[in-house]
Amino acid sequence: MSLEIALRHRQGDFALDAAFSCAGGITALFGRSGAGKTTLVNLIAGLERPNGGGRIAIDGRVLVDTDAGLFVPPHRRRIGYVFQEGRLFPHLDVRRNLLYGRVFARDRRDAIAFDEVIGLLGIGDLLDRRTGGLSGGEKQRVAIGRALLARPQVLLMDEPLAALDAARKEEILPYLERLRAQLRLPVVYVSHALPEVLRLADQLVLLEEGRVRAAGPLADLAATPGLLPADGEGHEAGAVLMAEVVGHDGDYGLTLLRTPAGPVRVPHLDHAPGSRLRLRIRARDITLALGPPGDTSALNVLPGMIAAIGGAGRGPGDAMVDLRLDFGGAALLARVTRLSVDRLGLAPGVAVYAMVKAVAVAGRDFGGRPVSDPAGG
Amino acid sequence: MFVLTPEEITAILLSLKVAAVAMAASLPFGIAVAWLLARRDFPGKALVDALVHMPLILPPVVTGYALLLLFGRRGLLGGWLGDQLGIVLAFRWTGAALACAVMGFPLLVRAIRLSIEAIDPRLEAAAGTLGAAPAFVFLTVTLPLMLPGILAGMVLSFARAFGEFGATITFVSNIPGETQTLPTAIYVFTQVPGGDAQALRLTLVAVAIAAAALIGSEILARRVGRQVRG
Repeated sequence: MSLEIALRHRQGDFALDAAFSCAGGITALFGRSGAGKTTLVNLIAGLERPNGGGRIAIDGRVLVDTDAGLFVPPHRRRIGYVFQEGRLFPHLDVRRNLLYGRVFARDRRDAIAFDEVIGLLGIGDLLDRRTGGLSGGEKQRVAIGRALLARPQVLLMDEPLAALDAARKEEILPYLERLRAQLRLPVVYVSHALPEVLRLADQLVLLEEGRVRAAGPLADLAATPGLLPADGEGHEAGAVLMAEVVGHDGDYGLTLLRTPAGPVRVPHLDHAPGSRLRLRIRARDITLALGPPGDTSALNVLPGMIAAIGGAGRGPGDAMVDLRLDFGGAALLARVTRLSVDRLGLAPGVAVYAMVKAVAVAGRDFGGRPVSDPAGG
Repeated sequence: MFVLTPEEITAILLSLKVAAVAMAASLPFGIAVAWLLARRDFPGKALVDALVHMPLILPPVVTGYALLLLFGRRGLLGGWLGDQLGIVLAFRWTGAALACAVMGFPLLVRAIRLSIEAIDPRLEAAAGTLGAAPAFVFLTVTLPLMLPGILAGMVLSFARAFGEFGATITFVSNIPGETQTLPTAIYVFTQVPGGDAQALRLTLVAVAIAAAALIGSEILARRVGRQVRG
């Protein structure tokens, strides 16, 4: 299943000009407020018409082609949409909300089972409730279920967590992780919150002022120096690494992980062997050495090569530089001083040893792809 | 004193019939016009809006006379309706219903229009993304959410029709058994010597019917309101 998009749209002073495609998994449309993310998903859903021309196709089925005068209305697109505010029907109870779109998907042989969706989202207890009494998190889960039961070919999610507090977000994220693993459904996930994106996305489309600044696998873009903004919400530059639990070392309380960059040991994690995780390694938690470090307390020393040096930070006063490290396909980001770069003669192509001081688990890939796939998508 | 004469019963039943028919017949038009005014922009919208509200502002006698000019036997439309379709409204109870419907129409449209404007169009957009065609969205989302407004409009329209006097008496006169409604009957009784008792009896009946209608609609409105609020 693939979604191809090329759109131009103008709204007052704002101009959107975006082209990208996404396959299975979660594609995050990431950018700050006003970057055109919601306009873009509204255009994909057919809630707005592109006034500057464009084309949208799913698996070759053309939904919009302004040159051919083609515009498929929203209800014939089979594109699900989970809105920021849920938009549950207030006059229907939860069950009827969930079943609303099922009428139109009845003839489809691949129709997803009602019980499966209920189970996946944990909303079995809510079925007979009215929507007014639901919490924000419950509403969003019902909205996701409603969209899924209409059996879309693509699911759009427009900041489904933005209206929720941190606790409610944590309540929903595991459900989204499970959805990604269990449904072979391409999801376009709009967000301006990087932690969410790093946790969920397989691919990333970085939107800036209506234009696509970068698009590609998340693990690749996260390790590109200077690309993802350090936002005020505690995000720092750093890479995402897919990992699989190999085993536990009970004596020392450590968990051994396999990653495409090499074996990694971390303090004990409560996940069974075979579990797939996402690791987050901040750029400032990596120290570089030119040769194999001898006696060091660092557990994780990964041999790799410098792939690129961040262009920014070359002026006086900018002490730090971000480097992209390559580990046979997997990439990490390291932050070192400019002084060290010059002293050690660090340049693209130089072999280095990366000593990783801290590893955080960013999320869990239920099912998911095998870890040997370095790009994660 | 509380034994109603056959003449009085006829007037009461006729009033109820005229008001009910006026309300029911104008409802689909009321919903359509309210929806057009609330959701669509079209040339002449201000004119339609003004025309709908006209009976609210004009003296009822003027409205009744206008109806007579339009729908009388030799009226602009009345002649054609009578010759081609055999529909005669002048001096018939159907004419009374038309007069009542016209008088109640602005109230009907206003109430429904307000309820449409209160509906979040994003809910309808959401229904569209779930696969529902626009007509289905209207029937399953818009219409149910309009229900409180429709109900309020029906009550207002019925009440207006039940009490209508000026336009009715001008358009269809005051023929016992055909066009003599409760208000016109009361009026007649107050004009004849010794009619006071009859006028009072009918007045009390009018109060009772109005109170019953109000209470009934209030109960219904509460139930519907609970349904819609979610």
